[in-house]
Amino acid sequence: MLDTIRAIETPEGVTIELRVAGPVPRALAWGIDFAIRAVLYMIVAGVVLRFGKLGQGMLLITVFLLEWFYPVLFEVYRNGATPGKQALNLAVVQDDGIPVGWSASMVRNLLRTIDLLPFLYGCGLVSMMLGRDFKRLGDIAARTVVVYRDKARPLPALPEAAPRHPPVPLSASEQQAIVAFAARTRRLTVERAEELAQIVAAVGGASRAGLNELLGYARYIAGER
Amino acid sequence: MNSTDFTRRHESDWLRLQAMIDAALSTRRRPGRRAGASAPGGDAEFPSLYRQLCQQLALARDRRYPPHIIDRLNVLALTGHEALYGSRRGLWRAIRNFALEGFPLLVRRHWRLFWAATALTYLPALAMAYVVWSQPQMVYSLIDPQQVLEFENMYRPGRAHVGFKRDADVNFMMFGHYIQNNISIGFRCFAGGLLFGLGAVAALVFNGLLLGAVAVHLTRLGYAAQFFQFVVGHGAFELTAISLCGMAGLMLGQALIAPGRLTRRDALAQAAHDAVKIVYGAAAMLLIAAFIEAFWSSSRWVPASVKFGTAVLLWTLVAGYFLFMGRRRAH
Repeated sequence: MLDTIRAIETPEGVTIELRVAGPVPRALAWGIDFAIRAVLYMIVAGVVLRFGKLGQGMLLITVFLLEWFYPVLFEVYRNGATPGKQALNLAVVQDDGIPVGWSASMVRNLLRTIDLLPFLYGCGLVSMMLGRDFKRLGDIAARTVVVYRDKARPLPALPEAAPRHPPVPLSASEQQAIVAFAARTRRLTVERAEELAQIVAAVGGASRAGLNELLGYARYIAGER
Repeated sequence: MNSTDFTRRHESDWLRLQAMIDAALSTRRRPGRRAGASAPGGDAEFPSLYRQLCQQLALARDRRYPPHIIDRLNVLALTGHEALYGSRRGLWRAIRNFALEGFPLLVRRHWRLFWAATALTYLPALAMAYVVWSQPQMVYSLIDPQQVLEFENMYRPGRAHVGFKRDADVNFMMFGHYIQNNISIGFRCFAGGLLFGLGAVAALVFNGLLLGAVAVHLTRLGYAAQFFQFVVGHGAFELTAISLCGMAGLMLGQALIAPGRLTRRDALAQAAHDAVKIVYGAAAMLLIAAFIEAFWSSSRWVPASVKFGTAVLLWTLVAGYFLFMGRRRAH
């Protein structure tokens, strides 16, 4: 299946699923961080440059610290997310799903220098496109991935229908499709919904799955009896 | 048992687990450590609750419970996994151990690459020195005339002070400059290793050429005493640290060129793990170098002989550190 889910197996023997993030949200997060840094520079410069040469020295040290360590500190101490990533609900984690530590974060952020080349994160982008998990070179070397911090999605509101036992056992993805469809019928015209429901009848070969039956199955799957 | 009963039965456990995870991730402390200290009776059961949850997740999948339940358990397991295994402890102790033994041990383990990086600086330096010695105008092939003039002015004998005009605040400005400039160069030298080592090699060679050219050019002008008393002191830390950064870059390059029995990806990740530690050490050394360079090398109240004496001491210190520290623990 063509999706961005990445399964990792925990020591307890269950798999948990992560959704990896692609270049666009990551670029946006970078933009936010860039803006934050720019504002910080302006504030620091405004204060510190009153102190002449001493202030210039301090400004240079600030530039050094912010350029290299801004992402590292946030990734290590704020659960893998710089403010920009936080805003877009992203986070950096290690390949095995645990939070990044100092070494991994340093590696991915020092190697950013190369990902930036030749311009506008060219290398990083190519590397992201070639791999499975949208990893830039720094991520490969550090064994990290950028993932979405998913909130558990609550069960969507389903339209009224009497719960109905599905005639055949359904796989998890089929169940998911039916529930998603039921939630979506509110935004469809009745005719279109009926039409879509007919496709299931054709594919499943089930007795007859009209719209109402499908909504019933959805309620049943959602746990109603 | 249907999914509604299942949820009803375990809901309270899940909520409790959720609360523990949130608390743990916000304070960055592993639940269960310091059990009872912050939340009496609560934290100690975190691992068992988490393992129960994992089992429930597997069960829910197996029984094909509705997606929203599996989804919820998945997110809970994911964050629980992070909270349980992502402990962060003893940073200061780790730093101390690294400084006292880890760093020199690591450098000695990869000693071939260290000497390779050093050779990549000093062989070009010697070659350039020879070239500039025999044909002085060759210095301009590498450095533009404006810059050469600046170097000459900095080290012209008879000036009241070496290097730049120095007051206390200028010293501090230069300190900031050395930190920002030199450590960034070190970091880039390391990162350049990702281009199959070429970036690191280029940085090392260029550095060497520059060193050779400037040293010989100034010596020919008779500025040698001024120049060397300025550079030898912090050079112990700075030159060694640049070699180390280059060495870390070469480690990445080596992993990519000759990954051995690993895939290139794995070899790179493994090499980066060690290499970045060397970069930490090198950055610390560059910090020390920046301090010495800003506040000692340029000071005019210190006679040249004292500076040379100190330099001998510093070089011995650095060499001794890398040769002998951590040896006893290694056996």
